[in-house]
Amino acid sequence: MKKIQIYLSRILFAGFLFGAAIAQAQDSSEIIVPGRLQMGFTPPIPVSISGFTGTALEVLEFDLYVQGFKVVSADQAQYQISGSSTGDVVGHVTDKYARKEILSRSYTGADIRREAHAFADDFVSAVTGRPKIGQTKIAFKVEQPGGSGEIYVSDFDGHNPQAITTDGAIVAAPAWVPGRLALYYTSYKLGNPDIFYQDLSSGQRRNFAGYPGLNTSAAVSRDGKVAMILSRGGNPNVWVCDADGSNLKQLTFTHADDSSPCWSPDGQWICYATKIHSHRQLAKIPATGGEPQTVPTSGFPNPTEPDWSPDGKWIAFTSQGGEFDICVTPADGSSRPVTLVQGQHPSWSPNSRTLVYNQSINYRQVLSVLDVFTKQHKNTARVSGDDSEPAWEK
Amino acid sequence: MNMKMLRSAACALAVIVATAGCHHKPVAVTPIPTSSPTGVTDTTSLPSTIPYNAPPQNPNGQPIPPVANSDLANYDQNPEKLAANTIHFAYDSAVIRDSDQANLQAVAQELQANPREALLVEGNCDERGTEEYNRSLGERRALAAREALAKLGVDPSRVHEISYGKDKPADPGHDEAAWAKNRRDDFVVLTPKMGA
Repeated sequence: MKKIQIYLSRILFAGFLFGAAIAQAQDSSEIIVPGRLQMGFTPPIPVSISGFTGTALEVLEFDLYVQGFKVVSADQAQYQISGSSTGDVVGHVTDKYARKEILSRSYTGADIRREAHAFADDFVSAVTGRPKIGQTKIAFKVEQPGGSGEIYVSDFDGHNPQAITTDGAIVAAPAWVPGRLALYYTSYKLGNPDIFYQDLSSGQRRNFAGYPGLNTSAAVSRDGKVAMILSRGGNPNVWVCDADGSNLKQLTFTHADDSSPCWSPDGQWICYATKIHSHRQLAKIPATGGEPQTVPTSGFPNPTEPDWSPDGKWIAFTSQGGEFDICVTPADGSSRPVTLVQGQHPSWSPNSRTLVYNQSINYRQVLSVLDVFTKQHKNTARVSGDDSEPAWEK
Repeated sequence: MNMKMLRSAACALAVIVATAGCHHKPVAVTPIPTSSPTGVTDTTSLPSTIPYNAPPQNPNGQPIPPVANSDLANYDQNPEKLAANTIHFAYDSAVIRDSDQANLQAVAQELQANPREALLVEGNCDERGTEEYNRSLGERRALAAREALAKLGVDPSRVHEISYGKDKPADPGHDEAAWAKNRRDDFVVLTPKMGA
C-alpha cells in the first residue's frame, strides 16, 4: 500500500512537471518551441494570392515575403488570400487547415498602396500576433560621390522617399524618437559633425549636440533619453543625456573608438561597439553608468552596429570577416550568434523579426529588408546614390 | 484499449516518472542552432567583465579634449601647403608610426614659424569597417596627431580636428593600394581671413 502511495505521488509530480513544461513553452511564445521559428532556419508559411493585380499584388507579395510567408499555388497554401484591388482593396483569407475564414475586410480612404499595406498588416497580425509594420517608415542616409548627402524618409519598402534635409553636407546615423515623427541625425552642415533634432511634422530642427569634436550616432530610449558618441572628453566615447540635453553624462572611458550605441527596450542597458584587449567586441553598460560587460560574439570578427530588438530578446549586429555579415544573437547570451545574410547596419522593425539593412551591390549601397527566421530578404525601392545606415521607425 | 496498448502506456509513464523524479532533463529547448557559422577567423575567448575605468591606454599620454570648429569660417584653408606631410595608418589602427615622426615635425615647424596660423587635422579611413565605427576611428586618428603635435610643443588650442570616417577617400579604388592611401590624417593650414 505504501508503495502504491509513493507511485501515485510520483505520477502526480510528473504530471505537474509536464504541465509546467507546457505552460512555459506557451508562456515564452514561439521561440522556445522546437521546430518553429528557429533563427535563420524556419520554413516559410505557404500562402496563395488571387484576385489582386499591379501595385496591390506587389505590396502584398513584398510585405508577406519579408515577414516569413511564401506565395505558392492554392492547393499547397495554408492560407488562401483572395480579393480585389480595382477601386479599393478588398481582401479575404481562409485558413485551409482550420477550414474557416480568418479575415474579410475592405479598405478605403487611401491610395491602393496604402490600403494593400493595411490588408497585409491585418493578415500578418492575425496569423503571427506580432506588431504591424506595413505602414511604418524608415530613415536612411543617401550619399553622393564626394561624400555629401541628405537624410531621407520613406515607407519601409523604400517607396514614397522624401529628403528631409537639403544641406548638401555629409550626413550620418539617422535615429527615430520612439512613438514620434521626429529624428536625430548627424550633419557636417556647420563644419563639424553635430547631432541635429528634427521634428518631421513641422520641419523644425535644432542643433542638439554641437560639442567640440565628434558628435554622432544618436540612439533614443522609449522615454526619450539620448545615447550618443561624443569625443569632447578627448576620445570617442558613449555619453547619455535627457531629451532636452540636460544631465549629460559620460558612460565609457576607453581609448578605443567606441561606436554605435543602442538601448535595450527597457532602457536599462546601452549596447555599443568597442575594443577590448585589442579585439573588437560588443559591450553593454548600465544606462546610469557602471561596469560594462561583453556581449558574447566569439567567432564573429569585428562586431559593430548593434541593434536591440523591441521585444528585448535579440541583438542584431554587423560582423566583418572578409565581407560584412548581418548576425543576430540572443540578448541574454544563452546561445551563439547566427549569421544570416551579407550586409551591414541592421535595424529592427517593431515586429522583432524583420530587419532593414544595407548591402553592397557593385560597390553601391542598397537597402534590403530581411525576415530573420526564414532569411527571406528583398531589396527596397532605391534612391539614386549610396543608400545606407537605415533606421526603422518604432 | 487492449492489454498491449495498456502495457506500452504504462512503460511510457514509467519513463516520464523516472526522468521527472530525477530532475535531469531540462524542460525548455534552446532554439538557436549550434552549427558553426561560416567565415570564422577570430575565435578568441574574452573575459566577460571588462577591466574598466582604468586610465586610457593612450600611447600619447593623457587625452586632450578637442577645440570647437565654430570659428573655422574665419580662416582660409590651405590643403596644399602640408599635403606632402599626410600621415598614414595601419588597418584598424590609430597609432602613429615612427616613420611619420618627420612629417609631424614638419607640421610642428610650420606652426612654430607662423604664429598666426592654425591647423585642421582631417582623420580618414578606408572603406573596410562600418560607417560609424570608421567615424570614431577617424576621430581617434585625428586626435592622435593632435596629441603627438602637443608633445612636439604645439599648443593644442591651435589644432582643430575633424573625422570624415570613410566618406572622403583620397583614392576611390577598392584594393589594398587604395585603402593604404585612405587610412590617413591630412593637415590643412588655416590662415586668418583678412579683417577676421
